[in-house]
Amino acid sequence: MANIISDETIEYVGILAKLELSEEEKKQAKEDMGSMLDYIDKLNELDTSAVEPMSHVFPVHNVFREDVVVNEDDRENILKNAPEQKDGSFEVPKTVE
Amino acid sequence: MDLLSLTAVELSKKIKAKEVTVMEATKAVINQIEKIEDKINSYVTVDKEGALRRAEEVQKLIEEGSLTGPLAGVPVAIKDNMCTKGILTTCSSKILENFYPTYTAQAVLNLEEAGVVIIGKTNMDEFAMGSTTETSAYGPTKNPWNIEHVPGGSSGGSCSAVSANECFFALGSDTGGSIRQPSSFCGVTGIKPTYGTVSRYGLIAYGSSLDQIGPIAKDVTDCAVILETIASYDKKDSTSVAREDYNFTEALVDDVSGMKIGIPKDYFGEGLEEEVKEAVFAAAKELEKKGAIIEEFDLGLVDYAIPAYYVIAAAEASSNLARFDGVKYGYRSEDYNGLHSMYKKTRSEGFGQEVKRRIMLGSFVLSSGYYDAYYLKALRTKALIKQEFDKAFEKYDVILGPAAPTTAPKIGDSLCDPIKMYLGDIYTISVNLAGLPGISIPCGIDSKGLPIGLQLIGDCFKEKNIIRAAYAFEQTRDYISPFDK
Repeated sequence: MANIISDETIEYVGILAKLELSEEEKKQAKEDMGSMLDYIDKLNELDTSAVEPMSHVFPVHNVFREDVVVNEDDRENILKNAPEQKDGSFEVPKTVE
Repeated sequence: MDLLSLTAVELSKKIKAKEVTVMEATKAVINQIEKIEDKINSYVTVDKEGALRRAEEVQKLIEEGSLTGPLAGVPVAIKDNMCTKGILTTCSSKILENFYPTYTAQAVLNLEEAGVVIIGKTNMDEFAMGSTTETSAYGPTKNPWNIEHVPGGSSGGSCSAVSANECFFALGSDTGGSIRQPSSFCGVTGIKPTYGTVSRYGLIAYGSSLDQIGPIAKDVTDCAVILETIASYDKKDSTSVAREDYNFTEALVDDVSGMKIGIPKDYFGEGLEEEVKEAVFAAAKELEKKGAIIEEFDLGLVDYAIPAYYVIAAAEASSNLARFDGVKYGYRSEDYNGLHSMYKKTRSEGFGQEVKRRIMLGSFVLSSGYYDAYYLKALRTKALIKQEFDKAFEKYDVILGPAAPTTAPKIGDSLCDPIKMYLGDIYTISVNLAGLPGISIPCGIDSKGLPIGLQLIGDCFKEKNIIRAAYAFEQTRDYISPFDK
């Protein structure tokens, strides 16, 4: 499965990961990801056809609680961390014309 | 009396006996930091004023009799990926260079209730991704045993701070060995608890199915006491487990007679330094002398843990780190054109190279067309690895081996070859995949003068077995600090 990483794949992954890479970074990423995947392909030595994927080591499923507000309004402090804020809201670049 | 050489439990006893004040202990730690921090760089943030204020407050509470616990009055350091209300929390990343949390992580709250004094936030690999603390945006941490060497990682700052007496104990987090490996490199003791034991609420997520917070201290007693303090069932963490037994200190007994200890032959193959191997076998001999039954066995699948881990951890990281978008907190690029450009520029400028590498890999293995071949394959491998441990724990109470294949490498030697660096986690990573508890405890010094760590692994919820074995082994040797040389 090696060498599946094409320039197009790197472009695509960049879109998924919301990263903007320079030409040099793209070249490096292609190399790095290729060698990582070659290494990860070792997993194909194992026959896992009869094994269920295990996402959690303990048999816990959805954990529910009552939908009750327990925290206080902390808007001012939360907004202090925002790169930009306006009228008690997070401010972002204009998204619709 | 050298105040700084005390363990956390010893210090708290002296404070309660009025032999030492909380202020004296806090000032001693701050003096030590001022003396050596420019060489070691354990901390991203030292909250001197907050610590001095808190020291006064804690002293009063102790005198009033409202704080009586075993950690009351003890100055501690917190890894910089745990939220601390009002104290800068960076994850050693540029993207969180100005983030002041509005709440405190549950594990840290539990410590505060026990009356500790927070000294500051320790350096780490950026977002806990790394094994050397060299990927921090705030400069590498140096190993107090030899500042040309790394302290390990990702909890390198926490471990170096304990080792260099810049705090009395610290909290770290462990996703693939990030408590145990740097504990080994810095000659201190650290526990990664069973998954779900310590609340992850307020721990900035890396690989959520693998992350656990744990103690780093000078000895096993401290670690057991700290674990008992920070462990709690927490509704705010949906993976938190309500355990029947939190009484870890009960296991602090010097008795391993009849305890069955397995040594995986697969942990002693290629890549393991001879001196590490000898020290680990010598430790097993000590436990045997005390009546433990030692046996070698085949663990199996050891070579598959690292590739499975990197798929799972990278996948979870790519999802967890999607929240850093320059909108709600942290860094925002100054130069962008529209919303998407703002996201992309912010993330590209704010994240370091290793973090970007893992986000890209994670996005890829989760992408349509590759999800089954990589992500599900890794989850199936994880199930097989868990089965291997289940089989081993039918026969053994504890699994014994090295914490890392080598002692601390030189600064700059690891980052040039990521796969080689990843291979250094071979003994610790499978423990996270299987959700098991593990402890790293010093067991020798190599010819370069660097500490060697012994790892003891227990079955899920059986911390007491590894604490008992570690405590019994600890009785056979003295704690050595880098300042004893």
